[in-house]
Amino acid sequence: MAINPATSRAGAGPGLTARAGAGRQRDPAEPTAGVGPYRLGLRRLRRNRVALAFGALFLLIVVLCLCAPLYAAHVAHTGPNANHVTDTVTVGGVRKNVVSTTGQPIGPTWQGRFLLGADQNGRDIAVRLLYGGRNSLEVGFVATLITMLLAVIVGTLAGYFRGAVDGVLARILDLIWAYPVVLLGIALGTSLALGGISLGPLHLSGNSLMVPAVIIGVVYIPYVAKPIRGQVLGMREQEFIDAARVSGLGPLRIMVGEILPNLASTIIVFLPLMIANAILLEAALSYLGAGVQPPNPSWGTMIADGIRLIPSAMHLTFVPGAMLVLAVLGINVFGDGVRDALDPRAKVRIEEQVG
Amino acid sequence: MTRFVVRRLISMSLVLVAISIMTFLIFQAIPNGDPAQRLAGRTSTPETVAAVRHTWGFDKPLPEQYVTTMKKIFSGEVISYTQQVNVLDEVKRDLPATLSLALGAGIIWLALGVLFGVLSAVTAGRFTDRALTVLALIGVSTPVFLVGAVMLYFLAFKLGLFPNGGYVPLTQDPLDWLYHMILPWTALSILFIGVYSRVLRANLLDAMNEDYVRTARAKGISQRRVLVRHVLRNSLIPIVSLWSLDFAAVIGGGAILTESVFNLQGVGQYAATSIQTLDVPPVLVIVMLGAFTVVVLSAIADVIFALLDPRIRLSGT
Amino acid sequence: MTEHLLEVADLRVSFRTEDGVVQAVDGVSFHVDAGEVLAIVGESGSGKSVTGMTLMGLTRGPNARFEGSARLRGTDLVAASETQLRAIRGAQIAMVFQDPMTALNPVQRIGVQIVEQIRAHDAEISRDAAGKRAVELMERVGVPRAAERLRSYPHEFSGGMRQRVMIAMALSCSPSLLIADEPTTALDVTIQAQIIEEIRRLRRETDAGVILITHDLGVVADVADRIAVMYAGRIVEQGTLEEIFYDPQHPYTWGLLGSITRIDRERPERLPTIPGSPPSLLHPPQGCHFRTRCPHEFERCADVPPLEARSGEPAHCDRCWLAPQEKRRLRDLGDGEIGLATGETVIA
Repeated sequence: MAINPATSRAGAGPGLTARAGAGRQRDPAEPTAGVGPYRLGLRRLRRNRVALAFGALFLLIVVLCLCAPLYAAHVAHTGPNANHVTDTVTVGGVRKNVVSTTGQPIGPTWQGRFLLGADQNGRDIAVRLLYGGRNSLEVGFVATLITMLLAVIVGTLAGYFRGAVDGVLARILDLIWAYPVVLLGIALGTSLALGGISLGPLHLSGNSLMVPAVIIGVVYIPYVAKPIRGQVLGMREQEFIDAARVSGLGPLRIMVGEILPNLASTIIVFLPLMIANAILLEAALSYLGAGVQPPNPSWGTMIADGIRLIPSAMHLTFVPGAMLVLAVLGINVFGDGVRDALDPRAKVRIEEQVG
Repeated sequence: MTRFVVRRLISMSLVLVAISIMTFLIFQAIPNGDPAQRLAGRTSTPETVAAVRHTWGFDKPLPEQYVTTMKKIFSGEVISYTQQVNVLDEVKRDLPATLSLALGAGIIWLALGVLFGVLSAVTAGRFTDRALTVLALIGVSTPVFLVGAVMLYFLAFKLGLFPNGGYVPLTQDPLDWLYHMILPWTALSILFIGVYSRVLRANLLDAMNEDYVRTARAKGISQRRVLVRHVLRNSLIPIVSLWSLDFAAVIGGGAILTESVFNLQGVGQYAATSIQTLDVPPVLVIVMLGAFTVVVLSAIADVIFALLDPRIRLSGT
Repeated sequence: MTEHLLEVADLRVSFRTEDGVVQAVDGVSFHVDAGEVLAIVGESGSGKSVTGMTLMGLTRGPNARFEGSARLRGTDLVAASETQLRAIRGAQIAMVFQDPMTALNPVQRIGVQIVEQIRAHDAEISRDAAGKRAVELMERVGVPRAAERLRSYPHEFSGGMRQRVMIAMALSCSPSLLIADEPTTALDVTIQAQIIEEIRRLRRETDAGVILITHDLGVVADVADRIAVMYAGRIVEQGTLEEIFYDPQHPYTWGLLGSITRIDRERPERLPTIPGSPPSLLHPPQGCHFRTRCPHEFERCADVPPLEARSGEPAHCDRCWLAPQEKRRLRDLGDGEIGLATGETVIA
């Protein structure tokens, strides 16, 4: 009988039936096998407190960054790009210059404005941190969306049609893949920051946030498309695809209806990982001047600006640096938990002990 | 084997050609400003721009420009736009720093990645494993330029334990070379140690559940021998090919960030400055060098893979 | 009474899993004598493999709990230290596993893997001598061009040949007990017969005791002296080959016997099967574990039936509350057929 392991309730998870081997197949009537792989994964994830805590941390950072305009308007009373170079601020009853006469920006004041200090242009670090976070996260999310979407399409097409289609697509993937990520990123970034992107009616100007997002999205495609292609190639050999073909379904229906559900766990596992990598690459590109373009803040540009002044004003680097690491760490630890929870092999390990 | 080498050489050349075209197009076909305009300077008259365009050949059709540039690269006389010096000489000058960085860091991250991966796997679920997992995840979550900056601030600037960046050639003063390389090696290794220990841990845990490991235990050989001869040996095979690819990427400009932070004046840093000035020839040369190293080392990795795992046959695709 | 080679008494094995505690083996007792083949038969998940692996100490782990004892010539395998066990494993007890395709290390030569076991238990033997011994072993289990094939890798062998290599490896230290865990399940039917023949010959030639673990009663008919039928962690019936095949006492055994394809009988319309599926070992039913699938269930089944001799033969034990004559009436489907009838049952 050909059963699509993802859609049938009988299989305990994609790949499981294949690995469990002869004589170890579970009967559909068995109570624990009736739980779908995702319910099972969710249950396991819920028990992983550390992963949940770090996931919550990431979520908190996202929410904080979304609230950037509120913070700017009601707490700091200044915008992300407003200069206060010549202003003064009262800290503990003492009036201080925001940027000293020697060009030294003020450190954390722990009050409404300049909570975390100012940069050399007298801009409020805390406000920029939140707005920068919005940009970094936006670039990260959009890039991940582009990567996953294109990688799934390319990987599925290559794996399903094999032959010439696979030949061409796989070569293109190899091409991007042989190009060192950061090099390709800054080459595209520098080039596009000047000219922007024109694709038919779609035009992105050079300083648009979407430029780094598109670049990062494209650069990471092979890293996701290759494993997906491999998985689809493997799936192609399985009976449920034959069964679908025999029953007269067209390639599109099979790819969407039969293959895609089985890729779901791979996609879910890749998502947090790619968001983390995209945020990191945005920071790297911005550090090299090929990412988010000034005056738009992002964690990467803030670090890049700060590093030059690190001996005298280390908060310029450490504040956005810490935020970046916390956000990426949060999503990475959470992603690690998701992977553990969804890994069907963890389940088999238990079964083999019992069988 | 010969067949494998021949087929690999052909596909390698194709990849290199494709990559060079891609790089060329990124800088020339995308509307990003006229290189002649940039070369001539902002305040130049249209006449000078036209003259520059003509002397550099920017008025020729793109395919012709590409062929000319590639010819120059292979005859070793390619000249950079901005500084107007021979690019290959520059790359040759910068390569030792990059190689020093890649080799040292490669050894460190392989050794420590394997060590931590094994430690993590044999203590799976217990404190050591959890602690190492957290450390590894912090490692992969921290950008190398941040680590570098923090290190430079505390260890070089505050405590004065290490030099504040820069590169000293090995041939000039081996001790000083080592002294200058320690921080860059560490900074670059951190990310990879995190990745490798995680990958190896997963491989080891998978391998421990393999039937052949059960067979090995059933033979009555010592736990240590099971671990080393059967579990570790089989799990290290994919690590070898992973390592050679990462190593190649670092040589081919992948260490841009590390080189910039520590001001090592390596190939990556040269690429970074060239890209920022839209100086196409050095970028072309470095990208091709990188792609070449990736392709060659991945072929070598495949050979090693086939030697270590007899199930794999070299097919050359 | 002479001492048995292996004496397992009230063995219990449980595993902690994320869903709760799984009682994989629930009070199993049996013995094996030298030169005898004991077959342990049951469906997957019945605990038969766990029993076999526990004797080798292969189920030990942070989540496993053991009770009871398993004495091999006086040494309790359950209580033995890891060091003691290591000396016994491979030397006194050897095991052949189900899937020969995955049971050999794919990246080591066959010869290396056999020699490794020989040298693990004989520190004195030289590499050459161990190699010669490996050749002898391979020839003994019928591998042609043995000396040459020792240099091959597992993937260059067919499944049957690999299983022969596994057997050669198991025999390398002349074990007194061989545990074969589904040795033929993953193989073609023709190869199955050859491997069974190999086990039979081995018993003849070495006087080793053999535990043959299988889900297929058909396999054991040729080779077993005694049979223990396991269901959901317990032995539900135990007896000689004849007793089990011709006077089975437990309804589960009837079901197993009924589902064997037999060439000496007319082929039935449909191969009879046992309705339902084995219970979860996380939450097994109270009392008799089989009662949820048993058409002859009645009130007493809520209590666990002890494993006792009920049929009249002293060594033929079973765990079923039904009276022996009642059992015989219920199981006989006429024409000498035995099976698990699903019709109405009247308890006298």
